[in-house]
Amino acid sequence: MTPAAILRAGFRDQNPGLVQMLGLCPLLAVSTSLGSGLGLGLATLAVLVASNGLVSLLGRSLPAEIRIAVFVLLIAALVTAVELALSAWLPELHSALGIFLPLIVTNCLVLARAEAFASRQPIGNALLDGFAMGGGFLLVLVVLGSVREVLGRGSLGGDLHVLLGSGGSTSWGLQLFGEQHGLLLALLPPGAFILLGLGLAWRQARKAAASAFGPAVTRGTTREATS
Amino acid sequence: MAASPERPARRAVRAAVVLATAAIAAFGLVAVVHEVTRDRIAATERARELARFDQVLAGRPHDNDLLADALTLRDPELLGTTAAITAYRARFHGRPVAVVLEPVAPDGYAGAIRLLIAIAPDGTVLGVRAVSHRETPGLGDFIDTRKADWIEQFTGRWAGNPETARWRVRKDGGDFDQYTGATITSRAVVGAVGRTLEFFARHRDELLAAPATIQP
Repeated sequence: MTPAAILRAGFRDQNPGLVQMLGLCPLLAVSTSLGSGLGLGLATLAVLVASNGLVSLLGRSLPAEIRIAVFVLLIAALVTAVELALSAWLPELHSALGIFLPLIVTNCLVLARAEAFASRQPIGNALLDGFAMGGGFLLVLVVLGSVREVLGRGSLGGDLHVLLGSGGSTSWGLQLFGEQHGLLLALLPPGAFILLGLGLAWRQARKAAASAFGPAVTRGTTREATS
Repeated sequence: MAASPERPARRAVRAAVVLATAAIAAFGLVAVVHEVTRDRIAATERARELARFDQVLAGRPHDNDLLADALTLRDPELLGTTAAITAYRARFHGRPVAVVLEPVAPDGYAGAIRLLIAIAPDGTVLGVRAVSHRETPGLGDFIDTRKADWIEQFTGRWAGNPETARWRVRKDGGDFDQYTGATITSRAVVGAVGRTLEFFARHRDELLAAPATIQP
């Protein structure tokens, strides 16, 4: 696979959130704001890149019977390392993500990429795939988190300080309208499902449009890729 | 993988060895990271605890280590949980200036609400904070000071102000405002604060007593 194809797959064609629908549990639970979405996205991205890299180095030398067990061990160790590091250096983010940080272990996206891709690919491709898939996941988390935060709280990036450090009383976020006018539904789980559903519909509509006007859109995407 | 067929026993042994090696490597990675981060995590946790105390202590000066000057208590009826509760004592030049308690309001709308209360030696409330809760966002989260200052109304009260019968929300004939649509949350917090003050009144001397032993 070419690097461009790997990147396209992760961010668009095989996007973990919108196409493969892997790891939806943390995706829906944590995307209540831009800050926490970005935080979990970055943590998942880091784990995914590291696990893809290690799996690619080991993958072909492992007996088939225990391959998955070794992958799970590796992923669990990496996630624990990330969790410890976050709780040491970004304690606020660590408590904001709560249980969903250790639960990256059970994010099927990580194991799926290890087994389906990284174990059969050279390390360069595996690392790139980890970056692309993690990036695609991060993108969905950030977009969903931003939309939910704006609709529900009227702010954008209101809790970014947990990620970037507070720097005194400096506030990173924007307050677009009063919090009391926010749409509570957007912050609750049903709102997460509805908004993700809209995202899926948008993705399907684009795909349908692409297949209906095949050549034209192919030209369009080529232009997109080169510009 | 192996082109020539291996004997099953050999294969199994090989798999076991590989798995054990992987387990040891994973353990090693976690152990190293744990070792590197341990002191920092302990320090941040300590800082976080102390910052929480500062919120309820309302600027009362103290010069002792609250985390070391602690007392373990248990009173399911008044403190709202069967688990042990820790009381932290703040002192200034050896004299008690406040006791910080962490009681639970067990009857919140969405489960238990953990509170943090600082009480002065004379029994008046210095500050109350909701430490953790799962109340509905937008309805029951007014107990959080980031949303509303409702929880400040307890400051300056004590077990006899108002009298026990009036430690309720107005809807139940008490002296405390409730939030419309979130009476259960209001009721739970008012009740828990009232019971905690009752507990303090009953056990005041033990709570303020000098530490029995100096912690190393």
